[in-house]
Order: sequence, then structure tokens, then C-alpha cells
Amino acid sequence: MDDIILQFHTSAVAVLWPLLSKVPTWITYAVAYSVGGCVVLGWIALMAIVGTYGERRIAGFIQVRYGPNRVGPQGIFQPLADGIKLLCKEDTVPNVANRALFFVAPVLVLLGAMIPFAVLPFSERIVLTNMELALYYVLAFQAIEVIGILMAGWGPGSKWSLYGGMRLAAQMLSYEIPLGLCALVIILLSGSLNLGEIARWQAGPFLGMEHPWIFGWAVFRSPAALIAFFMFYVGGLAATKRAPFDLPEAESELVAGYHTEYAGIRFAFFFMAEYAAMYVVCAMSAILFLGGWHGPIPRPETAEGFEFMKTWSDLIQAGAPGAATFVDRCTLFVSSLWSVVSSNDGIRLIAREAIGAANVVGKSFFLYFVMIWARWTFPRIRIDQVMHLCLKVLLPIGLGCVIWAAVQVVLFPH
Amino acid sequence: MSEANVTETAPPASRRDSLRTEEMLLNMGPQHPSTHGVLRLVVRTDGEMVRESWPQIGFLHRCFEKIAESLPYAQALPYADRMDYLGSVNNGLAFCLGVEKLGAIEVSERAAHLRVIAAELNRIASHLIAFGTYALDLGAFTPFIYGFREREMAVSILEKLSGGRLLYHYPRIGGVANDLTPEIASDIRAFLVQMRKVWPEYNALLSDNQIFVKRTANVGVVTREQAIAWGFTGPCLRASGVRFDLRKDQPYSLYERFAFDVPIGEGTKGTTGDCWDRYWVRMVEILESCRIVEQALDGIPEGPVLTKVPRVLKLPKGEVYVPCENPRGELGFYIVSDGDPKALRIKSRGPSFCNLSIVNEICRDVLLADVVAILGSIDIVLGEVDR
Repeated sequence: MDDIILQFHTSAVAVLWPLLSKVPTWITYAVAYSVGGCVVLGWIALMAIVGTYGERRIAGFIQVRYGPNRVGPQGIFQPLADGIKLLCKEDTVPNVANRALFFVAPVLVLLGAMIPFAVLPFSERIVLTNMELALYYVLAFQAIEVIGILMAGWGPGSKWSLYGGMRLAAQMLSYEIPLGLCALVIILLSGSLNLGEIARWQAGPFLGMEHPWIFGWAVFRSPAALIAFFMFYVGGLAATKRAPFDLPEAESELVAGYHTEYAGIRFAFFFMAEYAAMYVVCAMSAILFLGGWHGPIPRPETAEGFEFMKTWSDLIQAGAPGAATFVDRCTLFVSSLWSVVSSNDGIRLIAREAIGAANVVGKSFFLYFVMIWARWTFPRIRIDQVMHLCLKVLLPIGLGCVIWAAVQVVLFPH
Repeated sequence: MSEANVTETAPPASRRDSLRTEEMLLNMGPQHPSTHGVLRLVVRTDGEMVRESWPQIGFLHRCFEKIAESLPYAQALPYADRMDYLGSVNNGLAFCLGVEKLGAIEVSERAAHLRVIAAELNRIASHLIAFGTYALDLGAFTPFIYGFREREMAVSILEKLSGGRLLYHYPRIGGVANDLTPEIASDIRAFLVQMRKVWPEYNALLSDNQIFVKRTANVGVVTREQAIAWGFTGPCLRASGVRFDLRKDQPYSLYERFAFDVPIGEGTKGTTGDCWDRYWVRMVEILESCRIVEQALDGIPEGPVLTKVPRVLKLPKGEVYVPCENPRGELGFYIVSDGDPKALRIKSRGPSFCNLSIVNEICRDVLLADVVAILGSIDIVLGEVDR
């Protein structure tokens, strides 16, 4: 984003305000980052809305019932109605609460869930901060959420909250290590901690192919990465406290775990944080392992892409001659559209970025859906089983994956 | 059980110098999502480990026995229905059988068949709730809804038969309330087809789920000796490997005419008598109940459904106890009559109350999550525990 801002700054200064050519760059940066931050905040809010609505509708579908369908068309305004309800609720504080911890906890939790959005790329250019240590930064700042939840566990003075907080601490210690190892596999293979670089690496040459499209994705580049992907996803489920790892808030054991005593908007903070964190984990999985903004089919401007399109259109024509005219028309339309789009560098850039963002968001939402699907299917694991799984199963496998990746990098650099 | 021994113990001296740890007293209930109503468990915990747990009951006490002593038998009957609200027909049946035995009241064969049909449908409905709530206890929400989907069919049939959807008041002294119509009979057959169709679906969703098996197998093991010593009855007793079912061993209401198996726990996934066995015995019993209903429906004779009993029913002087196999175990009413229209004393022996008593014995040195799993597998109904 920095290069865009700089470009914008110079052009804007040159074109719009020749008189104000003395405007320092930092003002433009400040304004641009504020706007970008607001956009990201909006995106987080949107994720919470889409997440709650999607979760409830999908749960309804899985459970042979309807889910919310009254507020607005198909119930799409249900999350807003819920938000208003939560805002209007009485803000209760237990008498025995440690008030400072009680008030700070939800803010910290939401903050921990929001911070990774600063470096999450949506496509090649659409990223708030192109940070070299982005992966490290995301993994490190996820721990803030844990501190928040520990505070939420202690603050209200409720024994159930305490159990929730302690369980989360135990769970965090167990899942963070395999999660880090899985990320290490990708770091070794791609040779970068920059999320943008990692995504770009996945479109790079592989097995003699210049543009390997789907086979360039990290999961296909190494068996270690494939295993690491599933482990990262499972670790992510544990990180976001989603079923079957929802022990810190296990409603049938701990009433509601760490947010037992929270009501109203403070509870909404925890709720938003959960859905935001879910999106972060899904987007991270998509960027690290599933090719980032690179789609499953090759881009039409490359030679492989052209071949691919032609093969498919031939196949369709051979299979269904009746559809041929329709396919021809569609092809004509798309190619003319593409020629218009590609005629101008700016439009072309926007189109490419839009397709890239659609790829990232689409993959993330698919993983998001799988999380919801799992939640409404599986029973909950016990705390000792979580730790057994993470420390005795995932950890050795993760170490094995790291060693494999290291050997692969040394023996087969490409 | 007294409050006196519910005291926190000081940590041993060796630990006091380093990191101080404490045991904690935890109040599970009466408002807790998985105590199945209003049970209160006082739990002494050491971190996640549960050292002891004392069940405290009485929050749903409704003076059933005392009320039943102050009302004529026919009016005391609906209160019996309300004890175990999930096995309402079975409760009413137990009360009626006791009164009929003492009063030597004849029940027509058609009425006996109808009682069996209603009782078994009720047993299926009850086991479906046990299945659903057990999944809920272990954190899976979807099986609960699936269980309720099929229960709805059973409840609708019982509604057509009796008018009620939860408390049916269907067995009456001398027979049953309403007769079977061809429409209800076809409904029942449709239900049996549906139940057998979705039964494997339940197993795919829950019974064979790896997480579910890990949570329930080898957890809360009740040995054969323990089960007998603590007065276990019903599916809990059978899960511990004792083949005892009152419908087979002391048949009542023509149960001896129907062919059905009594499933017992065999330690398929772990040890005999663990939570999974208790769960599984209930699941198999659903199918066995389907068999019984089918046979009763096929063999139902024509005839009256309600024998005429005097408006003021005076039982002869004496006492009687007829045990009955309720979805949770042995339910019986000990009725003492001195010749009045009202009973001198009615004492109920309920399965949930007796099965619950073992909680402190097996919820020892287990994890907190296991307490929930064990309590759910015993499948108590607080309405009957507290009377």
C-alpha cells in the first residue's frame, strides 16, 4: 500500500494542488492510513455480521430448521437487531468483580482479534501494511487475546469464568506450538515472513511450469505443507475456541466460561472478537497454504492460461454442440470486456486486484463455512484430550513436517 | 451429604512454601445447563479434577406422596404422571397396576395392548430425549434437534390417543382413556418405519463419532457389583451387564406375549458399564420398543377399553407394590389402604432417585467435563427425583 500512497501523494500534489507542493508526505500517510484503518474496521464489523448471520442460517440448514428469517429479507438484518438489543441491555457488573480487569478484558480481546487485520492482504496491492515480519506479527499479537481472556476469567470473580480462563491458558500453550511449527514449514519453503511474498511465491515456477496455477499452491508444493495445512486449520479451530475445541466457553460444563458474567455490549465485544478471529485464521490458512489471491485456474493472459481456456471451450463444444453458440457468445463478451479492461493500465490493475480479493475472500469463506459445519456436527473434546492431541500428536508431526520442509528446500530448491 | 463435610481442606505443608494451590468448592446448579433441571451438585475440585461431588436434591419437590394421600385414587393418578414427566404413560401405568391389583379390577386385553403401545411409544420418546440431551451435554447440538424431530411424531401420536403432549393421563384405573382409531394405527406404523430409517443416521452422527466415543468410553464405569449394590435399575443396570428387565422378569400388562430382546452393555467401545454402554443400551432399546409396538399393534383384539369402576373407589384393606419398567428403570408405588376412598400411604420407588445416588461414588477423581458426561448418561429426571 505504501507505493500506492506515495504514487497518489506525488500525483495528487502534482495535479491537484500545485500550490501546496510543500505538503509533507507524512500528512498524506496519516490520512491514507486513517481511511484504510476505517475500511478495515468496517470489514471486521462486516465479518461479525456475516459470521453470525451465516452461522445461524447454516446451523438452521444443518438442523432441519429455518434459523433467523424474520428481520428483513431472509432475516439478513438479524445481526443488526441483535446488536441494537445488546447495546440497549443493562451493563451489569458483579459486586465482587475486579473492576479494572473486568472493564479492560473485552477491549483487549477485541483488540487482539483486530490487530492481525492490519497486515492481512486481500490481494497483491490491497493490504494496509506490507510488513516484512507479518506472519510473526500475526502469531505474536494473537496472544493479546489470550491475555484479555485470562483477565476476563479472573475479573468477574466467578468460578465458572475462572475455569474458562484457565482452560484457555492450557489450550493456548498446547496449540500455539504446533501452529507456529506449521507456519515455520511455509517460512522454510517460501523463504519469507512477508504474507505478500508468501502468496507471490505460490504463483512462482514449480516442477518446470512457468505458471503452475493450482499446483503452485503451497499445499501441492510439498507433502509437508499439505499436512501442515490441516494442522494449521485444526490449531486455528483451537485458537478461535471453535467446536470441537470450545472448552473455554463450554456451555454445558462451564455455563458460558469466561464470558459468563458479561452482558450487553461487553458480551458483544467477545462475540465480535470470535468471528473476527475466525476470519483471521481462515484468511491466514488461505494465504499461507491455498495460494492467497491466486485463483485455481490460470490467468488468461499467460500462455498456459490461454491453452487451458481453449481446451475447456473445445471440450464444451465437443460435448454440447447446442451450447456452443452460447459459449461463443459468452467467450466473445468476456474477451471484449477483457480487452476493454486491459486496454487501460489502471482499470486492468483494479480488475486484477478485485479478482485477487475475490479469491482470498472466497477461500476464506469456504474455510469459515467448514468451521461452522464442524461446530454443528462434533461433540466437544475434553481438556486432557486437547492437550494430548496438541502436544503428543500434532507437535511431533509438526516437527516432522519442519524437517521434511528443510530437507526439501536443501535438496530440491525449485 | 451433610454440609459439615463440605469444607475446604488446607494444602499439605510441603506445598505451602512453594506455589500455593487450593481446592475449590463449586456449585453446579440448581441453575446449570446440564444438570437436567434443578439438581445441585456441590463439587470439590482440584483444578479440573473433581475430588468429590454431593448431589443436593429437593428443588422440585411437589409433595406428590402427601397429595396422593389426600385425594381419591383416580384423582391422585394425574400426579403420578407428573413425577417423571418424560415417561408419563409408564408412571400412570405403574400407579394403575398397583390400584388394580389391590382392588382386583379386571382390565380388558385391548386396554392392556393399548397400554403397552402407549408405554413403548413413550419410552421411545423418552430415550430420544436422553439421546439428544446427552449429545447436548457433550457439546453437540445437532443430534438434539434430530432427536426432537422424531420425538415430535411419537408425541403427535400420543396426542391423538390421549389429548396431551407431555402429560398424557392415558392409562386409567380399569383401562385406558381412549380407543385406538385406524388413523392412529397407520400413524404409528409410519412412525416405526421412520424411526428405523433414521436410527442408523443417529449412529453415524453420534454413536460412532470418534470424539463422542473418546468422551464416553471408559468414563464413569459402574461395575456389575456396584450397579447391584447401589440399586441401579433400567438401562443403567443393563449397561453394567445385568440382564434384568421387569418386562421380561416380572411381566405385567401382557408383556410376556411379546418377543423382544433385553440389550445389555458389553463394553463395545471400552469397559462394560461405562457411559457409552449406558447410552448404547438406550439406543438399542428404541429398536426393541419398535418391535413391541409392532407386535402389539398386530395382535390387538377387539373389546372395551375401560372397565367400569365405582365412582368412589374403595380398595380393600391391605397393601400392594407393583413394579413397572419405566424408561429409566424400576418404578413402583407402594400403596397402603385401610378401606377408605383415599390411600393411607403412598410411597413411590423411582429409578432416577436411586440411580442418582451413585454419583458421588463414580464422580471421584474425574475431570469436570466427565461429571457432566456421567450425569447425562445416568439420565435422571428431577421431577421424579424430587417427587
